[in-house]
Amino acid sequence: MEYEAVIGLEVHAQLLTDSKIFCGCSTKFGAAPNANACPICLGMPGVLPVLNRKVVEYMMKMALATNCRINGRNVFARKNYFYPDLPKGYQISQYAKPPAEHGLVDVELEGGKKRIGIPRIHMEEDAGKLVHDEVQPSSYVDVNRCGVPLIEIVSEPDIRSAEEAAAYLRRLHEILVYLDICDGNMQEGSFRCDANVSIRPRGADAFGTRTELKNMNSFRNVQRALEYEIKRQQYIVEGGGQVIQETRLWDDSQGVTLPMRGKEEAHDYRYFPDPDLVTVEISDTWIEEVKKTLPELPLEKRERFIRDRGIPSYDAGVLTSSRALADYYEEAVRLCGKPKIVSNWVMGDLLRFLNEEKRDIRDCLIKPSDLAEMVNLIEDGTISGKIAKEVFEDMYRSGKAPRTIIDEKGLVQITDEEALKKTIDDIIGANPAQLEQYRSGKEKVFGYFVGQVMKATKGKANPALVNELLKKMLAP
Amino acid sequence: MKLHQFTIHELQKKLRGDDTTSAEIVESVIERIDAVEDRIHSYITLLKDSAREEARKADGDIRSGKARPLTGIPIAVKDLICTRGVRTTCGSKILHNFIPPYDATVIEKLRDAGAVIIGKTNMDEFAMGSSTETSHFGATRNPWDLDRIPGGSSGGSATAVAADECIASLGSDTGGSIRQPAALCDVVGMKPTYGRVSRYGLVAFASSLDQIGPFTKDVEDCAIMLNVISGYDPRESTSVPIDVPDFTSFLSGDIRGWTVGIPKEYFIEGIDPEVEAAVRKAIAVVEGLGARCVDVSLPHTEYCLAVYYIVAPAEASSNLARYDGVKYGYRSKEGRDLMEMYKKTRSEGFGTEVKRRIMLGTYALSSGYYDAYYKKASQVRALIKRDFDEAFRSCDAVLTPTSPTPAFRLGEKMDDPLQMYLSDIFTISTNLAGIPGVSVPCGYTAAGLPIGVQFLAAPFEEGKLIRIASAYEKHSGIEKRRPNL
Repeated sequence: MEYEAVIGLEVHAQLLTDSKIFCGCSTKFGAAPNANACPICLGMPGVLPVLNRKVVEYMMKMALATNCRINGRNVFARKNYFYPDLPKGYQISQYAKPPAEHGLVDVELEGGKKRIGIPRIHMEEDAGKLVHDEVQPSSYVDVNRCGVPLIEIVSEPDIRSAEEAAAYLRRLHEILVYLDICDGNMQEGSFRCDANVSIRPRGADAFGTRTELKNMNSFRNVQRALEYEIKRQQYIVEGGGQVIQETRLWDDSQGVTLPMRGKEEAHDYRYFPDPDLVTVEISDTWIEEVKKTLPELPLEKRERFIRDRGIPSYDAGVLTSSRALADYYEEAVRLCGKPKIVSNWVMGDLLRFLNEEKRDIRDCLIKPSDLAEMVNLIEDGTISGKIAKEVFEDMYRSGKAPRTIIDEKGLVQITDEEALKKTIDDIIGANPAQLEQYRSGKEKVFGYFVGQVMKATKGKANPALVNELLKKMLAP
Repeated sequence: MKLHQFTIHELQKKLRGDDTTSAEIVESVIERIDAVEDRIHSYITLLKDSAREEARKADGDIRSGKARPLTGIPIAVKDLICTRGVRTTCGSKILHNFIPPYDATVIEKLRDAGAVIIGKTNMDEFAMGSSTETSHFGATRNPWDLDRIPGGSSGGSATAVAADECIASLGSDTGGSIRQPAALCDVVGMKPTYGRVSRYGLVAFASSLDQIGPFTKDVEDCAIMLNVISGYDPRESTSVPIDVPDFTSFLSGDIRGWTVGIPKEYFIEGIDPEVEAAVRKAIAVVEGLGARCVDVSLPHTEYCLAVYYIVAPAEASSNLARYDGVKYGYRSKEGRDLMEMYKKTRSEGFGTEVKRRIMLGTYALSSGYYDAYYKKASQVRALIKRDFDEAFRSCDAVLTPTSPTPAFRLGEKMDDPLQMYLSDIFTISTNLAGIPGVSVPCGYTAAGLPIGVQFLAAPFEEGKLIRIASAYEKHSGIEKRRPNL
């Protein structure tokens, strides 16, 4: 029998607010343990939470970007459970009615676009971290992460394969980073994903028993874990067995999913509305205000680049992979009006240099206006494409404007016909054998002459002019 | 008269008139504490040294003309209001060693007003009780009869005022915890409107019901204290940004032409006949002052106790989850692993009544029961609130007994939680509706036990309560007695 997987993903994205969701502590990652902690983070008796409005705004941005409907009245709820990384004994989250629902995103797959539903997005606080002593049987609690704002983005079980899951995740990630509400760092836990997965005979309506997968901290691991888990379930079912509903952890080193250690207790979180917080009212005016701040989203930008800029979809994909890169590209194109040429420079030399150094486009020394100027200088014949490579590298290292480099190094293209004719004459005179070969039909030798001219002019000769002159002068 | 016997407003005059000093007042109060505290046990922690120091500072302020409303006045604070650097136990073993690194907003306000904080008062553990018997630190006794309870949960704050071990005090009221002990100890106790006084730094029992309020020797002091502690607090989300009037301005007005509602549901079987008689007399006094007393109905009154014992324990079960031995407070030494540490810490750290309510609340919130209990209770709560809205459409105030009985004997109801819960039958509705209420002394039983009458008003109408309570106090015709200690 043929099986299909049914996958739903839960993504937790840490929001890029300066302060935590219910107190004024910093959200900065990597501080010394318990440095970003106050009585509220520590759940001390008598202290109270006060909502950071920025969190609501960021949630609204994601909701709008994923076509969700935003609800007007929103309640925070307590999710009760005991664990040392949860100082209050409950997590402040949202339960019954999420602030955003009925959303969707389109993901690009090889076979075309696929629409994946987003039934809910809600806000909540992150928990702390336990640090286990490597020598003694002790654990330490670091509450720095307690109260870091999160949004949880839940997908419908619309996903049918590990590849689709990865594509959907990349899409969410891209949107969050584009909106500048999450840094998307999976290693540091700013973007986390759990998966619910089951299998069923292809075409069946009913769902199979699902397992929940955790501990996948990269796109690749999500895909690998799902691939493994789908095969594992299939193996069980085909052997006449039954999948057990459980939580399983991805073990990266072994490449397998394993049941979470210890007895899996059926949790009853006893959700109820948090009496310390008031209903959050979201007015249409507020929604409109937030809507105005939304940037163009990656998919729309990509389509616009292809349509309006006339560049290939591959180029559009690379150039819109980050908002900063796309902005850089657009600014350069705006100034020189050469979309494909700019694209070639950005995707070629620029990204190569940046990647070699792991440098962000925002830290690039070449300003978009400099790149545009350089493209213009090629176009108007001031420098050749070849010389431009040299100029570009210098621009990248020094941050100087192309004109400055060209002037300093004397790289202006030789377009003086008389001077070039003289050089070519000298070269023809010095290479009688090659001339003979060319005239007897060996056209390849033409390239040799071009090379000699370039060598003699230190690459500054206008290549088109050299070609034209050589053709004339080599002719019998 | 000794200095400790005076009221705030009397001492203010003495201090300003250079008749006495804060140092003398504090010494007088300490002397009184030394004389009676052994028998009453109002306090968990006494702050004699810091109080003496604060008194010296207060005297300096008075000399340099910087006297504020409470400058130099010894005030006691219930031990679930956080005080920076001073342990705050909530009457529980589990917080027996907890020293908050912050002051509650009301403590900041008291300090800003110049108050001298004389000590932290005894209470039912986590404010769960009506007799101050469930305290880990032992019971508090009623100054009017040492074999009787003072009421609760703010028993220590009531007795400290009643026995002149302070001039005024702060308590907290979740279902009657200020008003019932005020009635049983012959002092004035007010629960302000929910949202009027900041809960920041008040250790939560039931967050949607808890409210801090004053115990005072008379209504004028109540207005003075209310002036100091009221006001919007950006640190509390449920704090209401509404103007605070000068409550002392309501002390002089009369209640001629007022309509005062007498809810029939509050004069029921089970009410002590002496209590009923005293309250009926109070109704006559109010009528004599030109108010029209009318029958009103609060039809959902019979559900108040049931609703309260779902909502309050449910919130408590969650609020008290943080006492897990991990971060502060008591930790059992027995636990060999995390789960055992949790279980032993909480088994050893909490008393019987607290455990009972945690279990009740946990049950009420459990999946499969939530709709039948918590959700239903929340719906009925809305109806109870509506009853009051309805009543206050035609009434300026509502008058009821504060407690169905005078003070009962120690141990009398400890084994019968239901009987204990019934002590709050007339006070609980106020918290559920979020409205303000005040208990004012209205006489004594034949055995000499105090009785209280309760006035209720619409949200943020504490001014009306001060007005009617003050008018009643002036004309009640009751001769003020002092407990014989």
